[in-house]
This record gives sequence, structure tokens and C-alpha cells, in this order.
Amino acid sequence: MDQVPGDHGRGGEEVAVSSVPPRTKAGRASPGGRAPYPFAAIVAQEEMLRALLIAAVDGSVGGVLVLGDRGTGKSTAVRALAALLPPMKAVAGCRFGCDPADAAALCADCRARGRLKAIEAPVPVVDLPLGATEDRVAGALDIERALADGVKAFEPGLLARAHRGFLYIDEVNLLEDHLVDLLLDVAASGENLVEREGISIRHPARFVLVGSGNPEEGELRPQLLDRFGLCVEVRTPMDVPTRIEVIRRRDAYERDHAAFCAAWEKEQAKLRRRILAARAHIGQVAVPDAALERAATLCLALGTDGLRGELTLIRAARALAALEGRTSVGDAELRAVASPALRHRLRRNPLDETSSGARVERAVAELFGP
Amino acid sequence: MTAAGDGRAGPRAAPEDSVALDQRAAAALLAVDPVGLGGAVLRGGPGPERDAWLAQLRRNLPAATPWRRMPAAVPDSRLLGGLDLTATLAAGRPVAERGLLAEADGGLLLLAMAERAAPGMAARIAAVMDAQEVALERDGLARRLPARFGLVALDEGVEEERVAEALRDRLAFHISPGRPGDDDPPTSRDAIAAARARLAAVRVPAEMTEALAGAALALGIASLRAPMLAQRAAIAAAALSGRREVSAEDAALAARLVLAPRATRVPEAEPPPAEEPPPPEQGETQDAPKGAEEQAPLADRILDAARAVLPEGLLAGLGAGLREAARHASPDGRAGARHATPLRGRPAGVRQGELRSGARLALVETLRAAAPWQKLRRTQRTGGPRVLVKREDIRLRRFEAPQETTAIFVVDASGSAAMHRLAEAKGAVELLLADCYVRRDKVALIGFRGAGAEVLLPPTASLVRAKRSLAGLPGGGGTPLAAGLDAARGMVEACRRAGRTPLIVLLTDGRANVARDGTGGRAGAEADALEAARPLRLAAVPALLVDTAPRPQAFAKGLAAAMGARYLPLPAADAARLSQAVRETAA
Repeated sequence: MDQVPGDHGRGGEEVAVSSVPPRTKAGRASPGGRAPYPFAAIVAQEEMLRALLIAAVDGSVGGVLVLGDRGTGKSTAVRALAALLPPMKAVAGCRFGCDPADAAALCADCRARGRLKAIEAPVPVVDLPLGATEDRVAGALDIERALADGVKAFEPGLLARAHRGFLYIDEVNLLEDHLVDLLLDVAASGENLVEREGISIRHPARFVLVGSGNPEEGELRPQLLDRFGLCVEVRTPMDVPTRIEVIRRRDAYERDHAAFCAAWEKEQAKLRRRILAARAHIGQVAVPDAALERAATLCLALGTDGLRGELTLIRAARALAALEGRTSVGDAELRAVASPALRHRLRRNPLDETSSGARVERAVAELFGP
Repeated sequence: MTAAGDGRAGPRAAPEDSVALDQRAAAALLAVDPVGLGGAVLRGGPGPERDAWLAQLRRNLPAATPWRRMPAAVPDSRLLGGLDLTATLAAGRPVAERGLLAEADGGLLLLAMAERAAPGMAARIAAVMDAQEVALERDGLARRLPARFGLVALDEGVEEERVAEALRDRLAFHISPGRPGDDDPPTSRDAIAAARARLAAVRVPAEMTEALAGAALALGIASLRAPMLAQRAAIAAAALSGRREVSAEDAALAARLVLAPRATRVPEAEPPPAEEPPPPEQGETQDAPKGAEEQAPLADRILDAARAVLPEGLLAGLGAGLREAARHASPDGRAGARHATPLRGRPAGVRQGELRSGARLALVETLRAAAPWQKLRRTQRTGGPRVLVKREDIRLRRFEAPQETTAIFVVDASGSAAMHRLAEAKGAVELLLADCYVRRDKVALIGFRGAGAEVLLPPTASLVRAKRSLAGLPGGGGTPLAAGLDAARGMVEACRRAGRTPLIVLLTDGRANVARDGTGGRAGAEADALEAARPLRLAAVPALLVDTAPRPQAFAKGLAAAMGARYLPLPAADAARLSQAVRETAA
């Protein structure tokens, strides 16, 4: 059993580390063996899929918030992401899945480890279910070890598990306030600080926050809204052929998960290669001054607060260019990501009935031409 | 081959009988595929009809099927599960307790008074239904527990009160149980078991999928879950009848049971509306040549099946609504509806403290605090209890005081108000709405004009809905001020019953000219308004009257005094002052 000196442990108390689950793959497959619906098989909803792919290419874009109608496959898409993501390199035996290549972001264990052995690990896509308690989200005293051996051990929570991956909250607008506070803090600092039951520990927790919800059931706190880089709105498709295709594929999947997933594996692999290529390529995507100027003008015209809007807009456009194999950011990319990057950053104008998405589109049309 | 299979809904049957037969069929189909169909919403109060339907369903299920009932307010520890303390302490290692959702695995779960289930609870159940397992992340436990069940939501709602949309959308059947047809023999359990075995092999012809999808759109059903559930229902019906392929009859039954109750509009009979092209024109090209002749009639037949039960369903619903409304109007109609939530206010973590009366012990947290010291403490004394808890281990639950305010906006939309400044009043309300949103209050909207008042929006936390219903508020007509105040009083009482603190913001130009009995005349209307205002003062409701007339009115001022409200003339009210006034009123 390895010992973790809490980064700022009290009075030299030893905090043991529970040897138990090495990062389970909760988001991946459930015990029932239900493989998630393949990402590549999702019909329509281009804006949502694009936003998720952008986040998969460049995590620094910030999280993705998916708002919209019921039964449009919001959570299906997010859960499908887990099976799509290419694996990552992680330190063998690390509970947080530290990146061996990033010395600055190592957890305390890994820093003490000396030579780091790298293994391939799946990118975590962790579900934060409603009704989760704070101790499981942040991590807490390992009650099992405490009861059995009288040892104070830290058991990492969902935030630790989501490190370097995705943290998904379905019905994010219904999340309890004290959990929202916790998330806001961790999402901002990239670090989880646990001070409970005499445990004092700090570990890296950098993740892409993905939320989904239906705005009819109550709105999101502005602070939380701000944490999401992209905000997409999904609507039920209203044309018959699309609807039929959705029903048909869903039915095929429900009848035989394995066969359906196998049939789509080729497409999945293609998408996976595209993500990898985009990640390799994104460093070389040029952002010409003209694009920067366009972004700045658009944000000014819309009156978005602060610089985060512009930054997200540029980053998302760059990731999109990389995904599409282009070498520089142009108007097409800016147009495609303008709504998701900006619609939740507009100042609320209660007198204006038009949706903020429409306002962004109007401004884009004025600026870029029809 | 089975009773439900061949006894269904012949065109010759009388309407009431065919409804009863369909409902009986729903009970059989749900028994065949509870997980795939999600379950059913049973609308209506408790009574022999509901019991009979539930008994039918239960008779259809295999003998050992779990059948759990749960109330609408369950703490998460019972709903999802958590740490089983007794077992944990006995075993000396954490033992998980399964919640109701996991206990219902493989069976049926009954949600009593489902209309009272809070959105958060509905969302939890919905998430478990989607994943078919409980993702337990509680009390230091991380578990995945299988939870494949069908949900029967017992909806006793009156008027607008109904089961959360998140659940309705996932439950295939929406039924108002009627008189059961008791002369038919029940579907045998063997038939159900055989149908379950056949389920996976049933094929759905492409044109059936298209017909169901087309019918759903023609009936104005946006959610995609509806046609999916209809297809599952059709498959179950085919399996029950021993067919390998879904027939038009199966699809028609599914349309009646799943699509018709969700309809938001009545499609025109013949021909189908131009803007909703029926599926055949857009159907897959490879199917088109051979299926083209049969497709059009099929799609029509499916739609006809749904349409046939529409008026009945709609009328029955309306009738029930009116009856319920009448009952609701009687003073003691719903006295028993007040229901204690297990937790008051928002939980805000735990703290160390002394256990005095009134404090709520956080048992798990306390044990957690005590746990690390057990070995040490045991070495200091021999014998005694298994777990040694000391005073410093005690942890108490903290709750944020219940400060949930509901701001009730009562907006004068009469002609006189519209002429001056309905738009400005709307603007003011929207500013206030934004303000309420920041303070996380709920808002409700009552409009009055013409002959009476109308609740435009029951209390909601959704700014989107509030904005929408405000925008849709038309102007014009007389000023039935008394009716507006009466409606406000009704809502104040409802809010208090629900444990919230009401606050009234009345926007009017004070030109009352319609009395309570609907007759015109300024004097009578003003007298009635004053009379309607007094109970509000007696009820000590914090209130604010915003005078929207161009010039401050003496009567409006008097009215404010009568209802114990602060008075604020709009000419002086800019956004900041309005917002401040509301805040001060609420405080």
C-alpha cells in the first residue's frame, strides 16, 4: 500500500491510499453488457455532434452544454462519446490517470514515483448521476478501510475519475446547489481540494464538463452556464425520413446491441482516426489576422462579456478546421461555431423575445453576408 | 391464439367496450414487454377502475415478478440506495442497501401520487430507466445495480397537475382506466410467457415504421419516443398474437394506445394536410415500387385508428377536468393534499455539533467520523459496543432555510391599460422576472381582462416559460380588477399549502370597471375590488402595486392600502427602482 503525504497534511498524519478500484470504466459498458449506442450512428443533430467532436479534439475549448427537447438523443450522444474516443497514455497504477508526458500536472503519488511507466488507458467519460452525494463526487474517507482496519485512507471520487476525460451531468439544471458550487470551484482551478474527516488532500481534476438538460425545467445558474465553452440547442427533427431513420436505427440497436455496434464499427473507426488526425494537426492550423478580426467584431456587435467568448470562438473554429483537414481558420469555421460559442454569453435582454441563438445568427449574417 | 390477441377492438364493438378492450390489451402488452414499453400513466383517482386495471396487469405477470409501490416523495437513500448501516456495523465492512429502483428490477414499479413527484425525482427515475441500471454514487459507495423495470405512474392530478413530462414521455400507455370488461377471460400467463419468448424474433416491415412515424407527426407529437414506443407496442402485440411480423392490426392498436393519448391536434380526415406529407412520398426508394399501392392506405388506416379514439379521449379528459375543477373549487376539496417533504429546505452539507432536540443527526457522516478511531478506542477499553461513538464524532445535517418565494405577477391587460402602457408593464414584469431568476424565486403569472382573470402560468422556475406566456398575453377589454385579485388570493393559498412564501406584484392602471359578477360600471367594480383586496391584507401577503396609469391614481393608492401593498407609480419606476421595491417587499 502506497502512502500519500497529503500535499499539506496535518501534523504528519499518514494518509494511506486505498488500493481499490483502479479507475473503473463506468461510462463505457455496464454490467448488463449494454454497449453504448455508436456515436457514428446518431442521426441528424449536427450541431451537437460537432460540438462534442470539437471538445474531443481540443479540451481547452471548455465544456459542452446541450439544451433542448426531450428524446433527441442528448444523453445518448454524450455516452456514445466514451466508445469513440481513442485511448490515452496514463501512468501505470495511478489512481488519477496522470499523463506521463506532462510533468507539471502530475499528482503527488506520481511525483514521488520517480520513473513513470506508461500504459494505454481509455479516456474516462464519467457520469455524475443526480442524487450523488458530495463524498462520492469529491472523494472522502474510505469507509471500508476505516471500518475494517482503522486506517484513514482516501477514496477518490468522481472528480478524480474524470481527470483528463469528460464529466457528464444529465439534467444539469436539477443538480443540487452544493454540488454545483463544488463543480464550479474544481472546474475553475483544475484541482480538487478535499478537506473532510481529517483528510486533507489535493489532486488534479481537469476534465471537460458536459451537461445536458431541458430549460423548461428551470434554468442554469449563470456562473455554471459560464463554465461551458459551447452551448448547443437540439430540437426534435420534424421531417419524416429523418424521424423514420432514427426510429429504425434505435430499434435495430435495442434488438441486438452487439450486431448493431459491429455494423457501425467501421464508421466509428473512421471518426476515431479523424479525431486523432485533427489532434495531431491542430498545432499547424493557422489563425489569420482576418479571422481574429472577424471574431472580435462579432463579439463586439453582440456585446458579449469579457474575452472568453472570443477565445472560445477562435479555439472552436481552429478545432473544427483541424477536424475538416483545413490548414487555416476561415469564415466557414467561424460561422459554424459562432452560435454554440456565443449564444449563452449574451447579456440577457428580457424585452427581446428572440432566442439568443437567433440573435447570434442575425449578427453573423450581417457581418459575414448571407 | 390468445384472448388479448383475438379479442381486440373489432369495429363492431360498441365504443365503450372497445376502449375497455384496448385498456385490457395495454395491460397484456405491458406484461409482455415492461422494459421496452417503459410503463403506463394511469390518470384518475383511486377507485375500482384503477384497481381492476392493476389487477389485470398483475395477473398477467409471471408469479414471482417483483411488484413494488413507492410514494412520490422518497429520500434518495431509499430511491437509489445507500449504505445499510445496520448490516455495515454488524459486518464491519460497508454493505450497500438496494433502493426501490433496484428492488423493482425485473418487475413493475408503482409510483403513487405521481403528479406530486418533483422534477428532480422524475429525472432520477428517468435516468435509471434509460440506463436500465442504478448508478449509485452515495455514502462512499460506487455501485452499478441492474434496474430493468416497467413503471406505472398513478396520476391523481387535477386540472393542469400532471406527471412530470420526463416520465410521461418515457411511458408508452396513457390510460384513464374505465369500467373493465369483465366478461372476457384474462390473458393467460403462459400466453404472456410465450409472447416474451417470441418478442425478439418479431419483424417490423418498413412501411409499419413509416406509418407510425407519419401518424405521430400528423397528430402533432414532437417527441421521437412516441413513435418508438408505438413500434414496441406493435411488436408486443404481434408477439402476443403469435405473429412473426407486425400486422396492420397491431400497428393500429399501438396507434390507439400510444399515439392517440399524446395527440396535440386532430388531423384533418381526408385528404391529409398538405404541409404534413404522409410518409409514402418520402419513403425509401428501394421499397417504393412494390409497397407504393399498399402504403397510402396503411398510413391512413393507422392514423384513422388513432383518430377514432381521439374525440373520445379528448372529451373524456375535458369532462374529467371539469368535474375535478368543480371539486377543486369547494373549500375542503384538497385539504389532505398538503404533504410533508422529508427534508425542509436545501441540504447544505453537514457540520460537527451537539445533538440537541431539533437537530438532525447525519448518521452516516457520524459513523464516518467515528470509524477511523475504532481500533484505537477499542484498545483503550475492552468489551462494550461494536462501534464506539464519542461526542466529537456527532455530525448534524444542515439545511438552508426554506426561503423559496413565489412571486405572483397579476397583470392588468385591459383595454385601458393596453392603451397606455401594457407594453411598458410587460417590460417591467420582464425586468422583475429576470430579477426573480437571479434570486431563484419561482414566478407565476395571472392576467385579467374582459370578463375575468386567468392563470397564465402556474408557479414555475422557468424563465423561458414565463417570458413566453407573458409575450402571449393579449390586451383589450374591461378591467375586472376584483377577479384578478380573487385569482391572486387563490394562488396565494396554493403557494402556502405547498410550503412556499407568496409575494404579489400587481400591475394595473386602477381603472376597475367590471364587477365580480361580470357587469360593467365603475362604482360597483371599485367596491368589489376593494372587497377582494382586504383578504389579502388579512393574509399578510407581501405585495406591491405598480400603478401603470400616466398619472398616479387616488383609487390605486387606496387599493394598495386596502390590500396592504406598497404603492409605486410607474412613471417613477425605472428598472432599478422596481427591482429594489420588489426586493424590499419580499424581505
